[in-house]
Amino acid sequence: MIAFMKLLARNRLALAGGIVLSLVVLVALLVPVLPLKPPDVTNTAERFHRPFTEGHLLGTDHLGRDLLSRLLWGTRLSLAVGTAAAVIAAVIGSAVGIVAGYFGGRTDNVIMRGVDMLMAFPYILLALAIVAALGTGLLNALIAVAAVNIPFFARNIRGVTVGIAHKEFVDAARLAGMGHARILLQEILPNVVPVIVIAMSTTIGWMILETAGLSFLGLGSQPPQADLGSMLGEARSALITSPHTSVVPGLMIFIIVMSINLLGDGVRDALDPRLRSGALTRPQPATTVQRAFAPEGPGRGTLDVRDLETQFHVGPRIYRAVNEVSLQVAPGECLGIIGESGCGKSVTALSIMGLVSSPPGVITGGAVFHDGQDLIGAPYDTLRRLRGDKVAYIFQDPLATLHPLTRIGEQLAEAIRVHHAVPKAELRRRAIELLKDVRIPNAEARVDNFPHELSGGMRQRVGIAMALANEPELIIADEPTTALDVTVQAQILSLLDDLRRDRGLAILFITHDFGVVAQLCDRVAVMYAGRVVEEGPTGDILERPAHPYTKRLMACVPELGGGRRDLAAIPGLPPAVDQLPMGCAFAPRCDKAAKACTAPVDLTRSDKRSVRCLFPEDAIERHSA
Amino acid sequence: MGGYILKRLVSAVPVILGITVIVFLIMAMIPGDPATAILGSYATPENVEKLNRDLGLDKPLVQRYFIWLGNMLTGDFGRSFSLNRPVLDEVAERFNATLILAGTAFVLCAFLGILAGVISAARQYGWADKGITFVVLIGISVPSFFLGMMMILLFAVNLRWLPVSGMFAIYGGGDLPDLLRHLVMPAGALAVVATGVIARLSRSAMLEVLRQDFIRTARAKGVPERGVIWRHALKAAMVSIIPVLGIQAGFVLSGAVYIEIVFQWPGVGRMLVDAILKRDILLVQGGVVFVAACYVMFNILVDVAQSLLDPRIKT
Repeated sequence: MIAFMKLLARNRLALAGGIVLSLVVLVALLVPVLPLKPPDVTNTAERFHRPFTEGHLLGTDHLGRDLLSRLLWGTRLSLAVGTAAAVIAAVIGSAVGIVAGYFGGRTDNVIMRGVDMLMAFPYILLALAIVAALGTGLLNALIAVAAVNIPFFARNIRGVTVGIAHKEFVDAARLAGMGHARILLQEILPNVVPVIVIAMSTTIGWMILETAGLSFLGLGSQPPQADLGSMLGEARSALITSPHTSVVPGLMIFIIVMSINLLGDGVRDALDPRLRSGALTRPQPATTVQRAFAPEGPGRGTLDVRDLETQFHVGPRIYRAVNEVSLQVAPGECLGIIGESGCGKSVTALSIMGLVSSPPGVITGGAVFHDGQDLIGAPYDTLRRLRGDKVAYIFQDPLATLHPLTRIGEQLAEAIRVHHAVPKAELRRRAIELLKDVRIPNAEARVDNFPHELSGGMRQRVGIAMALANEPELIIADEPTTALDVTVQAQILSLLDDLRRDRGLAILFITHDFGVVAQLCDRVAVMYAGRVVEEGPTGDILERPAHPYTKRLMACVPELGGGRRDLAAIPGLPPAVDQLPMGCAFAPRCDKAAKACTAPVDLTRSDKRSVRCLFPEDAIERHSA
Repeated sequence: MGGYILKRLVSAVPVILGITVIVFLIMAMIPGDPATAILGSYATPENVEKLNRDLGLDKPLVQRYFIWLGNMLTGDFGRSFSLNRPVLDEVAERFNATLILAGTAFVLCAFLGILAGVISAARQYGWADKGITFVVLIGISVPSFFLGMMMILLFAVNLRWLPVSGMFAIYGGGDLPDLLRHLVMPAGALAVVATGVIARLSRSAMLEVLRQDFIRTARAKGVPERGVIWRHALKAAMVSIIPVLGIQAGFVLSGAVYIEIVFQWPGVGRMLVDAILKRDILLVQGGVVFVAACYVMFNILVDVAQSLLDPRIKT
C-alpha cells in the first residue's frame, strides 16, 4: 500500500489532481461554517452583478443571489449526490456480481443476462425512463444514476469473484461446513473490496457528471435548492447577457471531473505492472545505436559481424545480451549458431538488421559489414532498403509472426512490392510461384488463405517463401523449425538446403539442436551467455568439441539407437546477463574450472577453429589470434 | 456472411424483448395513478376510471405487457396526450434529427479519435503525444453541455461565425449548407468526449500491437515505417477499437440529449425531456424503446464490421 502511494505520488499529474480534489472536498465540507451569504435569498435589485463587485466575489445570478455562496453549496450538493450514487451503485452492483460469480451456473446465467439487457441501453435512456416513472427531483435523479451504473459494477465484480470462488481457501471453508452467507461475507468479500473501491473511485467523477447532467436538464434538483448542474441549467437563459453565471458552475464541474480523472489515471497506471516494465513502449523502427567503438571495414564475405555488443537497458539495469560476437558468412555458406535459450543467439541475429526492440535494446559496439557497408548506425532508410531485399529473415512461430488479418498472398506480394514496382497481376502470379517453390500443394487456392487456416508446417513454409520473395543474398533463420514436429522439420530443412544449393544463398541458422546443425550447416558457432565460446567446421566440432560447454551440450542430446545412456544434464544455470562474471561465464558450472578462469579469457584461434577456454577438451593447435 | 448477419439479427430479438420488459416494468413503478397524472388533479373519479379502462390499466400487469407489445409490433406505440398525435410519428420525425446530429458526431469522433490515437502511439513520449494526451484529458473532463454553451458564446455571439441554435434558419433556410452551418457546433461539442475516449483507447491498442511479432516481420520485410503503422499495426489494432466504437456510439446518443437542449435541436432527446416534464408517459415509453432498439441494431452493424475485419470470427 505504501509502495502504491509512493508510485502514485511520483506521478505529478495524479498528485496535482489529488491536491485539487482534496481542496474542493475540504471547502465543500467546511461550507456550513464559512462566512458565506445565504445561497437562496433573492434580491432582485442586485441582479447579474459581474464578478469582483463589492460584496459579491463571483457576482450574482438572475435573482440577485450570491454566486460564490451558491457555487460552494452547489459543489457540496453535487459531490454528495455523486458520491452517494457511486456508493449505492457499488453496493448493489457488487452484491449482484458476487452472488452471480459465487453461485455460478443458472443463477449466474440469469443474472448476467439481465445485466446484459441493461447494458444494451444507451445509459441516458434508462436514466430518463426511471426519472419519468419516479418523477423529477434530486433524490430520483440520484436513484436513476445509481441504477444505470449497477450493471457496470455487477459485471466487473462478478469477474473477480469467479476467479476467487474456486481458490483453495474457499473450498476449505466450504468443507469446514461454513454456510454460503458466511463464506460470502468472510472469505469472498474481503478479497473483492479493493477492486470495488478502485472501480468506485474511477467512476465517481462520471456519476457527479451524470447527476449534474440530469439537474441541468431540469430533472434533478428543483429550485431553490441547486447543485452545479441546475445552476448551469438556470443560467443558460442568460448565457448571452451574463455569461459569468454559466461559466462559474461550469468551470467547477470541469475542475472536479478533471482532478478525479487525473487521480484515476494515476491509480490505474500505478496498478498496471506493464507500464513499469516498459512493455507498453513503442519499439523504434530500428534498434538504437550508441557505439563506444566501431571496427574499421571493409568486411569479408556476405556478412561480417565484428565484436558486436547488444544490451538491454531496463531502468538502472543493463543486460549484456551479446558481447564481442564476431561471425563471418561467405557467399553460399551456411553458418549455424547454437546455444541454450537466452544465450544471445537470437539477439545477435536481430541486431544485424537493427530489429532488436528498442527500447530497451541498444547496440553499444561493434560493426556488421555487408557488401563493404557497415549496417550498424546506417541510416534507417538504408537498412529498410536492405531488409527483405538483400537480407531476409525467417522467424520462429509463424502464427505470431504472420499478420493474422491479412491473406498470405497479400503478405507475400507486399514483401515484393515494397522493394520493386511490379504490376498487381504479376504480384499475384509471383506469390503463387513462391508458394510452389516452398512446395505448398494447391498454391493457387492457398494464396487466398489467412494464416490461421494453415497448419504450422504450412505457415512456416509461407515464412520461408516470404524470405525468398526478392531472392536475397543472405537469409537469417531464427529457429525456423523449433515449433514443428520432426517430419515437417526434416522437410523444411531439406527445402532450405536445396534452395541454398540452387540459388547460392548464404544462411545464418540459429538453433538449439545439434541434429539440425549437423544436417544443414557448414560451420557452427557455439554461444554461451552472450559470447561465442567455440567456432569451427561442423564436422570437426561434432567429432572433437574443444570447449567443455560444447561437450556437455552435446552430451545432452539423446541418440537414436544408442541404447540406454545417461543423459548428462549440465548442473546449474547460465548466469544472469546483468551480472556476468569477469572471466569465463561457464566456469561456475565447469569441472575443469581453475583460478585462472576468473580472469577474462580470450578467443584462441587455430587454422579453422577457435575456442574461448584455457583448458580445452581436445587441444586444438594453438596460436593466439 | 449472410448467415452470420441473420444469426446476429435473430440473437437481437431476445435483447429487444428484454428492453421492452425493462421499460414496461420501470413504467409500472409509477407511483399513483397514471390517469390522474394525465388528467391532472382536478379530474373527477369517473373520468379517471374511464381513462384507466381506455388505456387498459384495469387489466393485470402481464396482460397489459402483451397488449402493449402486440400493439407496438403492429406499429401502434400509442398516442401522445401532450402533442395529440401518434407516438411513433413524433418519435420517427424527431429521431431523424437526432440521427443527423449523433451520426455526424460519431463519424467525427471515430475519425479524429483513431487519427489522434495512432499519431500519439507512433510518436510516443514525443511532443505530438504529449500535446494530444493533454488535449484528450481536457476533452474527456469537460461536460458536453458546458462546452456547447461556451461554443455558443465564442462562435455565435462573439465571432458571429455560426448560428446560435436550431437545425435550420427560420427565414430562408432549409437547404444543405444551412443545415451544415447549424450542425457544426452541436456535432463538434457532442463529439469531444467520445473523441477523447477513442483516442486513448486507440493509443493503447496501437502500443499493444506494435510490440507483437508480426510487426517485427513487417519491418524485416522492409515495409516503410508509415506502412508498418497505418497498415499493419492499425489493421490489427482495429480489432480492439471497433467494439469500443460501438460502446461510444451509445455515449454519443446519450450526450445528444444534453446537446439537443443546449442547441435547441429538434431531436428525440429534447422530446423525451419535454415529455418527462409534462409526464407524457406513452411518449417517453415509445421513444425509449424505439431508440434502444435502433441502438441494438447499430451494434449488429458493429459486429458485422468486426467479422469483416477479422476472419478468425466464425461466420
